[in-house]
Amino acid sequence: MLDAVWLIPALPLAGFLIILVFGRRLGEPKAGYLATLMTASAFVVGVGVLVKLLSLPEAERHHVRRLFTWLPVGALKVDLSFLVDPLSITMVLFVTGVGSLIHLYAIGYMHGDPKFSKFFIYLNLFVFSMLMLVLGENLLVTFLGWEGVGTCSYFLVSFWQTRGSAAAAGKKAFVTNRVGDFGFMIAMFFCFNYIGSLSYSSINGAAQGKTIAQVSATAIVLMLFVGACGKSAQLPLYLWLPDAMEGPTPVSALIHAATMVTSGVFLMTRISPLIAYATPWASTLIAIIGVATALFAATVAVAQNDIKKVLAYSTVSQLGYMFLAIGSHAYVAAIFHMVTHAFFKALLFLGAGSVIHGMSDEQDMRYMGALRKLMPITAMTFIVGWLAIAGVPPFSGFWSKDEILLNAFDKSPILWALGLVTALLTAYYMTRQVIMVFYGKARWHDHAAEQGAAGDLHPHESPGTMLLPLVVLAGLALVGGVLNLPFNHTTERLARWLEPVVASGERTIAPASADIKWVLAGIATAGALIGIGLAYLVYSRKRITAVEPALLANAWYYDKGVSKFMGGPGRESFDGVVWFDSHVVDGAVNGAGKLVQGVAGVIRKGQSGLVRTYAGLIGIGVVVLLAWFFLRGVIQ
Amino acid sequence: MIAASELAAGHFPILTAIVVVPAVGALAVALMSKRRPEFVKLTAILVSVFTAALSVWMLASFKSGEADFQFVSKHEWIKTWGISWHLGVDGISLFLVVITGILFPLCIVGVDPQHDEKPYLAWLLLLEAGVMGSFLSLDLFLFFISFEIVLVPMYFLIGGWGHENRVYAATKFFIFTMFGSAFMLVGIIATVFIARGSVGHITFDLVELATKANFASSTARWLFFAFAIAFAVKVPMFPLHTWLPDAHTQAPTAGSVVLAAVMLKLGTYGFLRFGLYLFPSAARHSRAIFLTLAVVGILYGAIAATMQKDLKRLVAYSSVAHLGFIVLGTFAFTSQALTGSVLQMINHAVSTGALFLLVGMIYERRHTREIAKLKGLQKVAPVFAGVFMIVMLSSIGVPGLNGFVGEFLILIGSFVTARWWTVVATSGVILAAVYLLWAYQRVFHGEPDEDNRTFAELRSKEGMVLLPFVVAIVFCGIYPKPLIDRIQPSVKALITHGGYYDPQPVVNKVGEQP
Repeated sequence: MLDAVWLIPALPLAGFLIILVFGRRLGEPKAGYLATLMTASAFVVGVGVLVKLLSLPEAERHHVRRLFTWLPVGALKVDLSFLVDPLSITMVLFVTGVGSLIHLYAIGYMHGDPKFSKFFIYLNLFVFSMLMLVLGENLLVTFLGWEGVGTCSYFLVSFWQTRGSAAAAGKKAFVTNRVGDFGFMIAMFFCFNYIGSLSYSSINGAAQGKTIAQVSATAIVLMLFVGACGKSAQLPLYLWLPDAMEGPTPVSALIHAATMVTSGVFLMTRISPLIAYATPWASTLIAIIGVATALFAATVAVAQNDIKKVLAYSTVSQLGYMFLAIGSHAYVAAIFHMVTHAFFKALLFLGAGSVIHGMSDEQDMRYMGALRKLMPITAMTFIVGWLAIAGVPPFSGFWSKDEILLNAFDKSPILWALGLVTALLTAYYMTRQVIMVFYGKARWHDHAAEQGAAGDLHPHESPGTMLLPLVVLAGLALVGGVLNLPFNHTTERLARWLEPVVASGERTIAPASADIKWVLAGIATAGALIGIGLAYLVYSRKRITAVEPALLANAWYYDKGVSKFMGGPGRESFDGVVWFDSHVVDGAVNGAGKLVQGVAGVIRKGQSGLVRTYAGLIGIGVVVLLAWFFLRGVIQ
Repeated sequence: MIAASELAAGHFPILTAIVVVPAVGALAVALMSKRRPEFVKLTAILVSVFTAALSVWMLASFKSGEADFQFVSKHEWIKTWGISWHLGVDGISLFLVVITGILFPLCIVGVDPQHDEKPYLAWLLLLEAGVMGSFLSLDLFLFFISFEIVLVPMYFLIGGWGHENRVYAATKFFIFTMFGSAFMLVGIIATVFIARGSVGHITFDLVELATKANFASSTARWLFFAFAIAFAVKVPMFPLHTWLPDAHTQAPTAGSVVLAAVMLKLGTYGFLRFGLYLFPSAARHSRAIFLTLAVVGILYGAIAATMQKDLKRLVAYSSVAHLGFIVLGTFAFTSQALTGSVLQMINHAVSTGALFLLVGMIYERRHTREIAKLKGLQKVAPVFAGVFMIVMLSSIGVPGLNGFVGEFLILIGSFVTARWWTVVATSGVILAAVYLLWAYQRVFHGEPDEDNRTFAELRSKEGMVLLPFVVAIVFCGIYPKPLIDRIQPSVKALITHGGYYDPQPVVNKVGEQP
């Protein structure tokens, strides 16, 4: 069974190829069902592998399936091979599981789109790439998937490419990710240079066996972290993610919330022994970047009016949490939060998509309100997602977030405090969103009139294919916490399951912190409730005026500043290079040409053919020579 | 000319045939009657297809895993000067010959010269003969002749069938290359005469010179320099590159394709075959200069490409950047980097060749190359846009496609011996995404305007021409091993011959998989 692991990526690849060739003939909705079937089948195979893996003793849950040699040059030998272990299978299951639900949802969401089948081509290619990423046994196979998901993200963000903003957002996503990929590539070069291999077992083995210098290990970790910052939208490379919301909503849910953006977290977990071995400040840096991103994005989310932008910044913020966990050596907590986040954030995005669908493509929350009566199922499930992300017990988000905060506290109370503030803000902005969309006064009539489309807007509930995934995800968001309940060793299922992978790097909570873990959980819950209450007072009861400064609405002007720099001095310096090329480099060439022409022109005048001129010139020459000899004699 | 014993032994002189067939074809086409154009074209197609078949046959019978020259054919030519008709192929030249063989028929079939087809085809075939001769020669004299022959047809192709500014471009191209060749001619003559002391007699034979000649290190540096100037112009390396954008932009489509795909490789190939092989210590000595110029070329070409307003010029500048990677790998002297360089020559030929074909097809439809005048083509021609996208992603270097494999091998191999150059060069991969995606966005995305709404979808003939490119792009990206297996032994032999450092496998006891 373990050797059949290649089937997992092969199924969506087959789906991709079939729809690529026969997509137009299949048409709507068959292409969509085929794509969904392929992803779901990959999930089933994944379950089969899981069962087999569970039947093995813990130490043997590590299997390499080699397909063929990819790049064999001298000392470098890279195989196309897969690694089956608890981590990769966890990733496979949640990618294909959540992925199947989103595929199903997309059949309803993309209904009537002229490029319906094309959408599923990209979607299946994405799932394939994502599976390559998580199953890769070495950095290069992971990188293949890494770039593959980036490329698919580019295709899907600019799916509605006739819209200028979508085209620009796709490009921005790709280019920003490339900045991160620069780090990833340098990390691979370091690995080859110092370890001689790109395979994870060699890399982690070198760290565990201390056969690599600590400074080299640190360099590799930091360079891979640069890559992770790009893909997982951390400061300072988060810029592309909010713009990526230009893509169809299922894409936002699948790629920009649940799966692709978490690959950085996965990668860091994969190399956890190396992080443990690297200089301690490296992990501290990761934790600081993580918590800074979490806090930063949460403040921005408070002032967004676009229903998807709120969720986008929220995703950036939650990813920051995961990196806070990574930096605190809490890999289990990071993966735990990744999974629960995939449940509730996919749910929230799909819910938002359902709202947008029902509102005839309106995305501005200021023109929504009171939708809970018209879209009861969407509203119900969205509320579950809200409670989960806000960290209200017993919803899944509470457990995973709490785990991260506990570890952060153990690393440094400052990190914990910042994380706590973020949690409060999260509860606040999500409550704001729920109130603006589902409660209060219906504001869409005003808007319809404003747009001159009086009374045309009839918000309605979405079709079954869209609601089913919502309900399933709501269920998962509700009970997802059971994966890893912190009561005792038996209930910490995920921790036990991942132990063989992360054991050597995982933090052991100091007794002092462990003793007060329920106190910390209480404080976190109180924080969440305060956030919710505050938002209720501001947006529902209107007791307090809303604070939404332009500074936050514009994301601290960071994005605008970068754009301004790129469009201003950046562009000018590029133009300067072009000017240099045509005027200086080529100018020299043409100048040399002109010079030769000019000199030749002057010399040509001497070739007049007149004997008189020649005789005269000879005479002048004789005089000059004589003068020269005479003068020389005088001087000497 | 063909020795009887060779035929008797069943050895068909395949390399000689690969060089001679297109030359004879060119002559035949030139002598044919103008009144039967379809017959002229058919002849040209048959000749080029036959040459392609020969080169594929050679590839099929090439022994993988061997470093030495294969199918060697050597015949005395001018005995007193030690000049011989010496041809041979090894892993470094193998795929360049194959790609040249396959590319010409595709160009002849796929691109219509619009006027005066007969001389056009004759020049193309002569060009093919010259290129093949350059890649296969193992004799300095023969190489120089072939290297120079290439110039003439290309000059006439640009000057006769090019665009509005063709005469300027053709002249510039000719003068630049002649400037370099003059240095090389002096270098060749000097090499031969100086080597007479250590070899014992005058010989132009490359292998003999490389193995027996013994130059004083300062002499070797001057000689290397003379060769290097010629190759640096051809690559082209910064700051000798300005002929390239003009030549590429003004050349007819087939000219641009051949120029990018194979002619630029004469430079990078020359560095390997005549630079590193003949003067290893001199190459090592001047390494820093070439690495620096290569890295400057990568960034400079990419930045210049970003701001171009002409689509063809953009692709031309992207070549400057891509060739920079190849030079970087060449002067890193590790087996990964050198293998990557050779691979990247092929990959660049495939992807840039295809890009020029695609830009040519755009020009045929819209009669403009200006990016600003094109818009929204993806909506009206999705298949065309899709093919363009695949080729573009290959050029950007997305893993799974061919461009990445070469680039990655170059960079990972160079990192070991030229770390900081490599770090800077790696940032070039960001810029590649910038200029290509931005161009794609402006040309293909958006709502097509009045002029672009009637842009025709990819025709089946065009599809047939582009299909081999797409297949090569995907195949080399996923399974490059057959290529690597043939390239690597020769590269390793070159490294050993030059006494360069090559990283050895790190013995890693812990965690190593059995």
